[in-house]
Amino acid sequence: MEATIEVAGLRKRFGEVPALDGMSFTVTPGRVTGFVGPNGAGKSTTMRVVLGLDAADAGTALVGGRPYRSLRTPLAHVGALLDGAAPQPGRTARHHLLWLAHSQGFAGRRVDEVLELAGLAAVARRRAGGFSLGMRQRLGIAAALLGDPPVLMLDEPFNGLDPDGIVWMRGLLRSLAAEGRAVLVSSHLMSELEDTAGHLVVAGRGRVVADTSVADLIEAASGGRVTLRTRARAEAMETLARAGATVAATGRDTLTAGGLAAERVVELLTRDGVPFAEVSAHRATLEEAYMDLTRDAVEFRGAAR
Amino acid sequence: MSGFRRLVRAEWTKFRTVRGWVLGLVAAVALTAGLGLQAAAGSHASCGMGAVEVACPAPPVGPGGEAVTDRFFFVHQRLDGDGAITARVASMTGRIRKPDERPGVTNLVPGVVPWAKAGVMVKDGTRQGAAYAAVMVTGGHGVRMQHGFTEDRAGTAASAPVWLRLVRSGDELTGFESPDGRTWAEVGTATLAGLPESVRIGLFVTSPGDLTFSQDVLGGTVAVQRFTEATAAFEQVGVRGAATGGAWSHDDVGVTVGPGGAPHHPGRHVRQGDTFTVTGTGDIAPAGDEGGMRAEQTLTGLLAGLVVVVVVAAGFAAAEYRGGLIRITLAAAPGRGRVLAAKAIVVGTVTFAAGLAAAAVTVPLGVRVLEANGNRVLPVSLLTGARVVVGSAALLALAAVLALALGALLRRGVLAVAVAVAVIVLPYFLATVSVLPLEAARWLLRLTPAAGFAVQQTVMEYPQVAGHYAPVLGYYPLPPWGGLAVLAAYAALALGLAVAALRRRDA
Repeated sequence: MEATIEVAGLRKRFGEVPALDGMSFTVTPGRVTGFVGPNGAGKSTTMRVVLGLDAADAGTALVGGRPYRSLRTPLAHVGALLDGAAPQPGRTARHHLLWLAHSQGFAGRRVDEVLELAGLAAVARRRAGGFSLGMRQRLGIAAALLGDPPVLMLDEPFNGLDPDGIVWMRGLLRSLAAEGRAVLVSSHLMSELEDTAGHLVVAGRGRVVADTSVADLIEAASGGRVTLRTRARAEAMETLARAGATVAATGRDTLTAGGLAAERVVELLTRDGVPFAEVSAHRATLEEAYMDLTRDAVEFRGAAR
Repeated sequence: MSGFRRLVRAEWTKFRTVRGWVLGLVAAVALTAGLGLQAAAGSHASCGMGAVEVACPAPPVGPGGEAVTDRFFFVHQRLDGDGAITARVASMTGRIRKPDERPGVTNLVPGVVPWAKAGVMVKDGTRQGAAYAAVMVTGGHGVRMQHGFTEDRAGTAASAPVWLRLVRSGDELTGFESPDGRTWAEVGTATLAGLPESVRIGLFVTSPGDLTFSQDVLGGTVAVQRFTEATAAFEQVGVRGAATGGAWSHDDVGVTVGPGGAPHHPGRHVRQGDTFTVTGTGDIAPAGDEGGMRAEQTLTGLLAGLVVVVVVAAGFAAAEYRGGLIRITLAAAPGRGRVLAAKAIVVGTVTFAAGLAAAAVTVPLGVRVLEANGNRVLPVSLLTGARVVVGSAALLALAAVLALALGALLRRGVLAVAVAVAVIVLPYFLATVSVLPLEAARWLLRLTPAAGFAVQQTVMEYPQVAGHYAPVLGYYPLPPWGGLAVLAAYAALALGLAVAALRRRDA
């Protein structure tokens, strides 16, 4: 099976409130795709629609090119960690995984393997009701990995993890992607995905506001803005504006120019003999880029597309 | 199908890995058996013979093995081989005891109850329960041909005076009636398998108690049965056949003898030539609930077991909704109807097994304990006993499936238990504790899921026996499997609604 998730034109309303408003994106194998956006952006709803748990009013959601409901052993195709889907408190971790394994016809041996993988071997015979949030997340990961699926879809997997757990989770996500799986990870905190996600789908108000690689997103958010310190502010502004830059004075002898690379700025100023003291390219952080995007949730497409 | 089998296995794993549910099933078995056996152990019976307590005599048992009532006045003689008896029942009169108007003075009024019987009979001796066939005229139901205590065939609606004839040919007996002694019409034929060569042939009269119903203060129906006796004048009595023509004997078959040795309500007869005036009281009929305790009365604890099973089954469904487990379940098995079907199969099977274990132990053991304590227990055939045991298990299983469906539909365990108890246990309770008028109780047991309890009925209703056929005495308005089918229909309906809701709703 192809390791992809394809979501196209999903629409869904909860009463009057639109939860999904044309959500479309594709998750490709071999990398971690971060699915970010503020709470209420439609991330969890999208994931539930992909898994056939919620019905969309319009649009399609395919896993490996097929609707989830048509899969005969779904856990061998897609491993999911869902928000608001806790194992029954009275059942042990091992038994929780055991019934899941039985539902797919997997051998009981696989249960012990994923318990080991998720670092839960020591507490396998303890009831899930006594688990910390972090342990419950690990149990959810174990369940997602049960069928060794080519596609993983994890809703807020960092929730409740301690720093060790976060490091473990990042490593796990990277290695799963490196094995050629499609990994979609949602988070409402961009920082959690820094260094992990190679690609981002940014959601806002039920739709995709950015679908881009992390590098392009930062590049775009930086917007090619250059900060310039010069004694001849007026001449510099005139030179740069003539070259097509968006110029703004930010102080008595500082200004910013948008739309031109730093090298081009230096070249222009040198050509016209305008003195300058300092030229620096402004580089946005991922967090800034994300804040920029989601502040007003305007439609945005990265250059990579 | 293999996918569905995996699903059933997964649900079974789910069920057995929650300790509370497994303990619940064990508790259901323990409650059913424990309460039933405890009640049986606490139930003692003995019969007084004056100051002396004696073991109660075993109830007479008919040729079919069922408990019977066999009390009548019999004027008879010996018949070897084929033969016949003819008589004209010239008149039928009687007396009925009514409530005393003056304390201490017995209030007897003239009258004949509808099922008072007077006629001619061939019987395998005078022992209670012995095989017989008889043609008779009744107080209000015309001419009848009866045999084997349970068999009844109607002739004409004639009342006395009427001619009756019973002809024996081998083990076949044929009854005739005639308005004038010349033109005869056949009423019916009975084959008494294994009837010996030598039998008794003669005249009999009997008269069952006068059954009246009234409303008690709580709203229940109270049935009162009062003593009656009937007297018939037989004329032109003629008997033919080998060994007949000898002296007439008479027996007050089944008469109870008081402490002083005097018979209680004795029958009697007077002979003047070939005219006999015979007076008798009693009945020749299946014993019904009056013959002793019913085997299913050992299953009183099943109601408690059923409540526990309902709690477990409703919880099995509602647990899916407490922490969002349903999402994990449906992600693993997207076919929603199949998920519920698998759950129903698991909960139905485990509760059936639990119910079977409980009933298979409780009924035979309970009956043995009751009998050891001197109680009469109505005998039941192996088939009926098996039906009660298997049916009770099915009752538990269907109640569990209904509760499961309610749990899935309402998504709240407590609510589902409340509704299940309200529709299964409450109507059963109301219908069987004498707080409702008889008809209201019977309608409850027709229309509600409590109809399923009919599967436990061991006593039978006979149109030819006036009885208080009330749920409180173990008589249900629907046949055993019919009643269970009503419960099954409710369970199926609830399951269908639950599947529809599960398909419609977002998880």
